[in-house]
Amino acid sequence: MRSDLPKYKTSDEVDFVIIGSGAAGGILAKELSTNGFRVVVLEQGPYLTESDFSHNEIEILAQDKLTNHPKLQPNTFRKTPDEKAKPQRALVYGRCVGGTSVHFTANFWRFHEIDFIERSKIGPIPGTTFTDWPITYADLEPYYTKVEWEIGVSGLAGASPFDPPRSKPYPMPPLPVKSSGVIFERAASKLGWHPFPAPMAILSQPRPGRSACINCGFCLAFGCEVGAKSSSLATAIRMAEKTGRCEIRPNSYVHRIETDANGRAVGAVYFDEQRNTHLQKAKAVVVCANGAETPRLLLLSANKQFPNGLANSSGFVGKNLMLNSGAISMGVFEHPLNDYKGFAVSRIFHDFYELDAQKVGFYGGGGIDARFDMTPIGFAMGGLPPGTPRWGKDFKAALSHNFTRTMEIFCHGTSLPLENNSFSLDPDLKDAWGLPALRLTYKDHPDDLKLVNWLNVRAQELLDAAGAEKKWSYPAQEQQFAVHLLGTCRMGNDPKISVINADHRTHDVKNLFLCDGSSLVTSGRGQPTMTIEALAFRAADRITALAKRGELSA
Amino acid sequence: MTTNELSRRTFLLRAGTGISAAWVSAHWPALLSAATHAHQVAKAATPPKFEFFTPEQAAEIDAITARIIPTDDTPGAREAGVVYFIDRGLATFAVDDQKKYREGLPDLQARVIEMFPGISKFSAATSEQQDEVLHSFDESTKSARRPFRARPGAQDFFETLRQHTIAGFLIDPDYGGNSSGAGWKVIGREREHMFQSPFGYYDKDYLGWQPATKEANKS
Repeated sequence: MRSDLPKYKTSDEVDFVIIGSGAAGGILAKELSTNGFRVVVLEQGPYLTESDFSHNEIEILAQDKLTNHPKLQPNTFRKTPDEKAKPQRALVYGRCVGGTSVHFTANFWRFHEIDFIERSKIGPIPGTTFTDWPITYADLEPYYTKVEWEIGVSGLAGASPFDPPRSKPYPMPPLPVKSSGVIFERAASKLGWHPFPAPMAILSQPRPGRSACINCGFCLAFGCEVGAKSSSLATAIRMAEKTGRCEIRPNSYVHRIETDANGRAVGAVYFDEQRNTHLQKAKAVVVCANGAETPRLLLLSANKQFPNGLANSSGFVGKNLMLNSGAISMGVFEHPLNDYKGFAVSRIFHDFYELDAQKVGFYGGGGIDARFDMTPIGFAMGGLPPGTPRWGKDFKAALSHNFTRTMEIFCHGTSLPLENNSFSLDPDLKDAWGLPALRLTYKDHPDDLKLVNWLNVRAQELLDAAGAEKKWSYPAQEQQFAVHLLGTCRMGNDPKISVINADHRTHDVKNLFLCDGSSLVTSGRGQPTMTIEALAFRAADRITALAKRGELSA
Repeated sequence: MTTNELSRRTFLLRAGTGISAAWVSAHWPALLSAATHAHQVAKAATPPKFEFFTPEQAAEIDAITARIIPTDDTPGAREAGVVYFIDRGLATFAVDDQKKYREGLPDLQARVIEMFPGISKFSAATSEQQDEVLHSFDESTKSARRPFRARPGAQDFFETLRQHTIAGFLIDPDYGGNSSGAGWKVIGREREHMFQSPFGYYDKDYLGWQPATKEANKS
């Protein structure tokens, strides 16, 4: 870390303390500090930079160098609230400066108009808490554009006939096509669908201080060594630090938001690396800790005045969790694709973004992408066709033939919000700091599974049309592992069925704001990060306006 | 100069022309230090002495890994130095698995004697006999569901050893296994640190993206 960066005292009441430095936290830090505010960002994980990133699969996949550690932060899982949850790893998220944006795939689709108003269009779905957003696509459009230009997104405007309107083209052309993308594009076109270059938060052209993608092939799950992946680390965090008003404080594990007698937040209580406790004072608190840790923090902050957890008068904190549904088809082709080179995804299509429930018999919609996201060890563990021997000469022969010839088709879809699906505090299990562990309760709505399995049949048709030598698929099963963490403190106008308002302000605590995957009202079609970042840019504008009107002062 | 150094070095040199010069100059010292560190790790990972195994145990582990990924017309686990990777691993990232090896290896030897009376240890058996012994340990293939991320769980000794062998065979050679890139040669992965399009057979004659000819039937 540079020595000229500001260091605030914990007793120094800064304007904003932001909890979490990921997709949303990084952008809020950048925007608020740029707008003249004094900001402290408290991040659970370490401050790693490009030179700390490696291609070491053991370090990344077995030792969780960039992610939450299952030993230090164990979880429990159950399907329904009447079950006793059992200890098992239930979620993964980025635990380092930059958060999950450091290691993500970087698929950067915008949500479409329908995602914000679908409940009004199709009517209620019994048993769900499906509802409209308090904002529309038009409200968010300028901020989607801002994400693309400020953070760096590559893509081709107008390439998909299903794309929502946009005010500006992408700032740079799409990344090069991969062999998986060409196979996908040709077969999808043959079937009458409309494949197009995938919008990706990965640079196709260099930017100051950042390289264009070098196609090293260690992308999903890895940190980018050349700053080409548009993580918060490579973008917003650096811009925030440049203002001279923002301190990024890593290894700071926030476990309580302190409130005063008037029910206002006064700051965030955290453990430092040595597990000493501090209270960072601030005029307002912005929680961007992700869709699991944000509700956990609110629940951990329960006190006499807020016995059910902070900002939880609705009882919806942690609830309505949506994980996005997913299913995968795999194909092996005659010639080498060498898809291990490059980023994961180069082509997608959105022909099934809005399916007609009357025709298909279930609610939902999705997107389908062509990808290869496995690194060598991961491929050997899970990328060969079912029934392949797991060791010996036939195993070796299969590895040798398939590694360069395999591609994946990933089907992404909607998840319906259900009140029972949630993150909550486990009553028994504690983490290494003695705090209640995260408990995941989740059972997919049957339509979510029907949808992706329907999409997966389309993926199989595509592989047939492409002339795959061999194909197989992994149908969707009920999920018990969370990656996309959405909806758990959702936005809404009605305080009875939402946690924050359209300004990201909690209904109950006037100087407490939440912005991350937890804010989402619907799940979109499988790629939430672009929307989380657009919300963060918008939230920063709203919060700045409130602060300038003096509404955040005591 | 070792190949490890060479591949990083090649990357740095090509980086000078292929990517933003501003970025390279800003990151050159950090990259060099990362490369040096990786090289030291790689050197330390193939020590003349074993850290966890006795020489006798190492010979048995080596023999088992050589059946998991055998040597044929291309290199196998033995040529990739997998036993050294595992030995080092049991002192570092896989320290929790020490017990499995301590208890599992004698179990396996007992199985050898039970199945082939007169043969005292795994390494003394023929390849066919060795495969028979390992098959008796190999749990029947369960649902081959693709894991979102490959992750070892609580498996028995053989399953752990199988996973460690695969890791030692296929890890980036900068990190203490896959000696001389033997494993990557087998699977056809090039050692370069950066690549340029075209990548494979199907994209080499790609003419560029064209809008689909059919009119979109937006519903």
